[in-house]
Amino acid sequence: MIENFTPMAALGGGALIGLSASILLLAHGQIAGISGIVGNVVARNPGAGWRLAFLLGLSLGGIGVALAFPAALSMTGSRSLPVLAVSGLLVGFGSRLGAGCTSGHGVCGLSRRSPRSLVSVAVFMGTGFATAMLVHGVAE
Amino acid sequence: MRNALLPFLAGLIFAAGLAISGMTRPAKVIGFLDPLGGWDPSLALVMVGAIGVHAVAYAIAGRLPRPLVDGAWALPSGWPIGRRLVVGAVVFGVGWGLGGVCPGPALTAVWGGSVQMAVFVAAMVVGMGAFELSQRGTVRADG
Repeated sequence: MIENFTPMAALGGGALIGLSASILLLAHGQIAGISGIVGNVVARNPGAGWRLAFLLGLSLGGIGVALAFPAALSMTGSRSLPVLAVSGLLVGFGSRLGAGCTSGHGVCGLSRRSPRSLVSVAVFMGTGFATAMLVHGVAE
Repeated sequence: MRNALLPFLAGLIFAAGLAISGMTRPAKVIGFLDPLGGWDPSLALVMVGAIGVHAVAYAIAGRLPRPLVDGAWALPSGWPIGRRLVVGAVVFGVGWGLGGVCPGPALTAVWGGSVQMAVFVAAMVVGMGAFELSQRGTVRADG
């Protein structure tokens, strides 16, 4: 059964994500891949200016949402803290090893039909589905 | 300032998009990745909306000699498809399927003050740092 489907909000929010990535691309030629943006800052690689500016905008946006629409940040139905810790470690390491995540490979890579991104998305969608179903009802 | 304004605005818009689409809520992502007991296809439409818009930008970029403000096209090669890419995707996917959280939503939602997102973000940064340490002194030959 289909449940909790919010097609208009999904499309609209997705379009905004696409717009954001488009601004970064057309203005500065950069990929809106969050794992890469954060990862390069963590690695203290050069050229951090635009990355920090982007992360500042993302953060201020997050603060704005927290103040104006806190329900959008609801953690109801999220996993337990130990599971989230493991999840974070794997997402952090895996996104850097695989050179991207849902924004970098998913949004940006697929938009330009990059073969690497097609493979990456297929693989992480597959393991994402498999893992989520495996821990169904177990990891809360 | 010239380098910072548009990326800053892009970040704001990205956060708004994540929040409006529901991607900042782990339950919404889990609802997509775990179809057992009710399936929420919303995440697929988030991708459709995002790619629908962003693909147009790539079409435009293909016609421009350089980006509009500064820099050059910093686009990674579409090849090679190697072990690192696949293993990285496997690891990322397992993590994502476990928590229903990935970097962008986490860095947006953490401002809601939840201990869940604080834990995830801290762990994510540790995971990224661990990757950087593992790369010291190695030459990347495989994609």
